Amino acid sequence: MSKPEKLIENGIRLDGRKPDELRPIKIKVGVLNRADGSCYFEFGKNKVIAAVYGPREVHPRHQQKSTSAVVRYRYNMASFSVEERKRPGPDRRSIEVSKVSREALEPVIFQEYFPRTAIDIFVEVLQADAGTRTAGINAASIALADAGIPMKSLVSSCAVGKVDDTLVLDLNKDEDNYGQADVPIAMTPDGNITLLQMDGHLTREEFREGLEMAKKGCLEIYELQKAALFEKYPAQSEGDVNE
Amino acid sequence: MDKKIVIPGDFLSDEEKLADEGTYVENGKVFSSVLGIASLKDRIRVVPFAGKYIPRSGDLIVGVVKEISFSNWIVDIRSPYDGLLHISEFPRRIENEDMPKYLNIGDSIMTLVSDVDEKMKVELTLNDQRLRPIKEGRIIEVTPSKVPRLIGRGGSMIAMLKNETGCHIFVGQNGRVWISGKDKGMDLAARAIFKIERETHISGLTERITMFLKEEKGQKIIEKGPQELEEEIVEEEPQKKEEETVEKESQGGILDELLGGNL
Repeated sequence: MSKPEKLIENGIRLDGRKPDELRPIKIKVGVLNRADGSCYFEFGKNKVIAAVYGPREVHPRHQQKSTSAVVRYRYNMASFSVEERKRPGPDRRSIEVSKVSREALEPVIFQEYFPRTAIDIFVEVLQADAGTRTAGINAASIALADAGIPMKSLVSSCAVGKVDDTLVLDLNKDEDNYGQADVPIAMTPDGNITLLQMDGHLTREEFREGLEMAKKGCLEIYELQKAALFEKYPAQSEGDVNE
Repeated sequence: MDKKIVIPGDFLSDEEKLADEGTYVENGKVFSSVLGIASLKDRIRVVPFAGKYIPRSGDLIVGVVKEISFSNWIVDIRSPYDGLLHISEFPRRIENEDMPKYLNIGDSIMTLVSDVDEKMKVELTLNDQRLRPIKEGRIIEVTPSKVPRLIGRGGSMIAMLKNETGCHIFVGQNGRVWISGKDKGMDLAARAIFKIERETHISGLTERITMFLKEEKGQKIIEKGPQELEEEIVEEEPQKKEEETVEKESQGGILDELLGGNL
């Protein structure tokens, strides 16, 4: 697709959203039998799947820490996830995304509970449409909870950006490609930011406003994450859970 | 309602002194750290739905020998950490070269965690009358966090299972369950245990399991026909009762002590 004339027309974006509207989200918890925790996450046209293993023994041994667990995060894009076939395997971009995503989750995980172990997180992008790292973090945080790993809270993540001089929430691919800025943000529900990157330019005021928009977006996602986790254990409505 | 499903980060209480397992305290407030069922009675705790077994000293568990080193058996205890059973912790004195004769790779043992240090070195022992290698029956695995529910308050659930299936059942804290008895009883016990594991979070568990066992047995009665059944009852009943009482004396005590307190 070549650059469209206008990305926003009469306050409505190309895909019909308002500037502060998220793409539709679909979450399924516990989709992989062999993983300790897993989650399938759809974020508009993004489709990612996250698997968590551990705490388990660390291989190779030299990576292990004697006083806490190591968290390993592998973000990988399937070769068929983008329009033009992507060369499989880790590249510069996916190594970076893995690192920042790991650092987005580490602050909430009680790593010191499990010395000499590894907590492995694998995120596979099956279909990409801008914002895969945020989708991956959302999925991974649910998968961690599903695996029973103690955490301070979940982490929710979404992006803000600037398109046609307007701040928009959760950019899609065209907005990302032809927009002026893209700022992926991850935070806990009480507002502690664990990931913040910026590609492009924003003024101070725009940045402040964008942060507020992202906060709202993350809270919206948080409620969906919560609902998805409850959905796996449907007895809750019956009242007294324990006799 | 004092029990509910919570996710990590959910606020539980202002009473930080009551915070127990599955929670953390921040600024004098108690939050859940895991996905599970919170109970606010007496102490504030969250029993997680999932998670690995983390050994603690005093746990009775079922382990599988996976390696033999110079003077230790290295035991898989279904945890991120290996268990070490030193040769001196075997009930009788044996030489290093004889180790495989007594316990070989792949053998299962009912064992006690005697010590866990801060580096998570896990020491096991067999030096207790209640502990021994497992020679017969079968072992099934459940989520370790569901062990307390499987045992039930004061051992009620497990006692009922034993009674109804006529099997000997030992539940290790690491979620390995050793069942031994007649084939049909073991099948039934295994199915009931998996049902318990799936449905721990739904209320009225004990009643449902009782119903389930009754139904399953009812079907078998029809299959077998009345004559066979009578014979079997005459054969089995006295034995079973004896076993049951013996078990209660030898096992119920420890289970109450070690596991009953967890509820």
